[in-house]
Amino acid sequence: MIVGQQKPFDEIWGMVKGFKKVLVFGCNTCVAICHAGGEKEAETIASLIRMRAQQEGKQMTVNHLGVMRHCEPEYFDPVMDEVKKYDLVLSTACGVGVNFLSDRTGTIPVYPGINTSFYGAVEAPGLFKELCAGCGNCIVHMTGGICPIARCAKTLMNGPCGGTNKGKCEVGNEIDCAWYLIVERMKKLGTLEKLSEVLPPRNWATSRDGGPRRISLEHIREYEEKEAAKAGK
Amino acid sequence: MKSGSNLEKVIASGKPAVTAELGPPMSADPHEVIKKAQMLKGFCDAANITDCQTAVVRISSIAAAAIAFQQGLEPVMQMTCRDRNRIAMQADLLGAAALGLKNCLCLAGDHQKFSAAGRLKGHPGAKNVYDVDTCQLVGILKKMRDESKQDGGDPLEVAPKFFIGASWTPMADPIDFRPINLMKKVNAGADFIQTQGIYDMSLFREQMAKIRNMGLHEKTAILAGIIVPKSAMMLKYMDSSVAGVSVPKSLIDRMNKAKEAAGEDKKKARELQEQEGTKIAIELIHQALETPGVKGVHIQAIEWESAIEGIVKAAGLYPRPIWSEPTASA
Ligand code: SF4
Ligand code: SF4
Repeated sequence: MIVGQQKPFDEIWGMVKGFKKVLVFGCNTCVAICHAGGEKEAETIASLIRMRAQQEGKQMTVNHLGVMRHCEPEYFDPVMDEVKKYDLVLSTACGVGVNFLSDRTGTIPVYPGINTSFYGAVEAPGLFKELCAGCGNCIVHMTGGICPIARCAKTLMNGPCGGTNKGKCEVGNEIDCAWYLIVERMKKLGTLEKLSEVLPPRNWATSRDGGPRRISLEHIREYEEKEAAKAGK
Repeated sequence: MKSGSNLEKVIASGKPAVTAELGPPMSADPHEVIKKAQMLKGFCDAANITDCQTAVVRISSIAAAAIAFQQGLEPVMQMTCRDRNRIAMQADLLGAAALGLKNCLCLAGDHQKFSAAGRLKGHPGAKNVYDVDTCQLVGILKKMRDESKQDGGDPLEVAPKFFIGASWTPMADPIDFRPINLMKKVNAGADFIQTQGIYDMSLFREQMAKIRNMGLHEKTAILAGIIVPKSAMMLKYMDSSVAGVSVPKSLIDRMNKAKEAAGEDKKKARELQEQEGTKIAIELIHQALETPGVKGVHIQAIEWESAIEGIVKAAGLYPRPIWSEPTASA
């Protein structure tokens, strides 16, 4: 899932205070699970904005809304007429949702209510951990199922740096050293010798470095086009 | 000869090699590099020129190395993977070779977080690169030198001829992986290895036994790292906070005793601790050189370059063999 964190309220207030009609728009999937931007959080933010507006004597209409997913149009298409009644949308979806909606709201700005942080998992209630960086060329079959790209502070590919300290990363005692975990895991799996091979420099073009990425599934696109043509007849 | 560097020649001769370290200043003033180069010249076979150590902005390793070289001190330029992608790395390597530099030590580099320490603001918000890691950088240097090719495959009419080094932390977690770590660097092409500072000689010797079993000591020249202790506080700090370094209690006790012997006199306490630290360093040098498979020592007197002369002399490692007078290429 995509993990994010609510922006500090003062920053949110700084973004919204110049607008008259504000919609706080939540997304009920990933960012709801991490208690950052679901409909419930959108509702709370909306009421905080109303309170602040009242304190500062500003006339503002602030409402909230939530849909299941901000990354597929069919989920917010049904509410787009409603969305377009506002002069600002404060989206508490992840950055994907903010961008995706922004591309579709014409002259209405869409601002971010959360800081989208990483692809992670729920380690324990209330604790989220980054586990993948979406590098576009997964190699964790060679590293015991543990990702050195997302989980090593230096994205090292050939083993730990000299900074591993009692299993923790040199960046901070609260961070596990990915390479410590990889070695321990591969010892258990009996595959440690796999790490003896030197992995050559990576091709980062599959990652962000190749520019914004897209994946096009031709068979699905063709099918959809055909269906649309049929419906058009 | 792969590079013809002085360090390579000393190692090839079978005599114990001595390298030291020179930290460039946080300013554009070349005089500090010149001054330190003068202090080290003649007392080591080559001196590492750190590459923005602890991620603090300083005169670049290559520029400081070129200055040291002009002073007649053979430099080991350092290159971290933190600040450059493979394009900048190779461009810098070509430039360094064109300036006449012949040794290069590859290392991951400290995380930029460390640049904000004590009174320094540093650049903890900098983006780090890590396009390639240490093993991969070693491989790039080897490919450039031995195949006259850039990493991408394009030909190099004149190849940079570096004596290739890598750092190694023999005693850090996960400790049973560290020999494999070394093997990977050697297989990638590391001609010499400088280790993290060693105080716990018996643990180091255990690791070296494994290295000898793997035959790695014959494929690369291992120089044992000696960090000259300056005070009891420094030793305690290294023991508790520096990864891969454990300091036996007996050494800390010795430094404490030296400190206490001075009573309230702070200046004397410093002097006595420096004397004791120097003694400890000399003992460690002897123990390291007696360890089978060790080809030399890498002595670091951090921000205390003036100590090197006395230590090298007292350790019986002076005079240094002279194979060729390094000459500036200009
Ligand atoms: S290797 Fe790439 S795709 Fe696989 S977990 Fe790591 S970042 Fe994600
Ligand atoms: S300590 Fe471990 S996780 Fe941290 S940078 Fe080094 S190898 Fe990577």
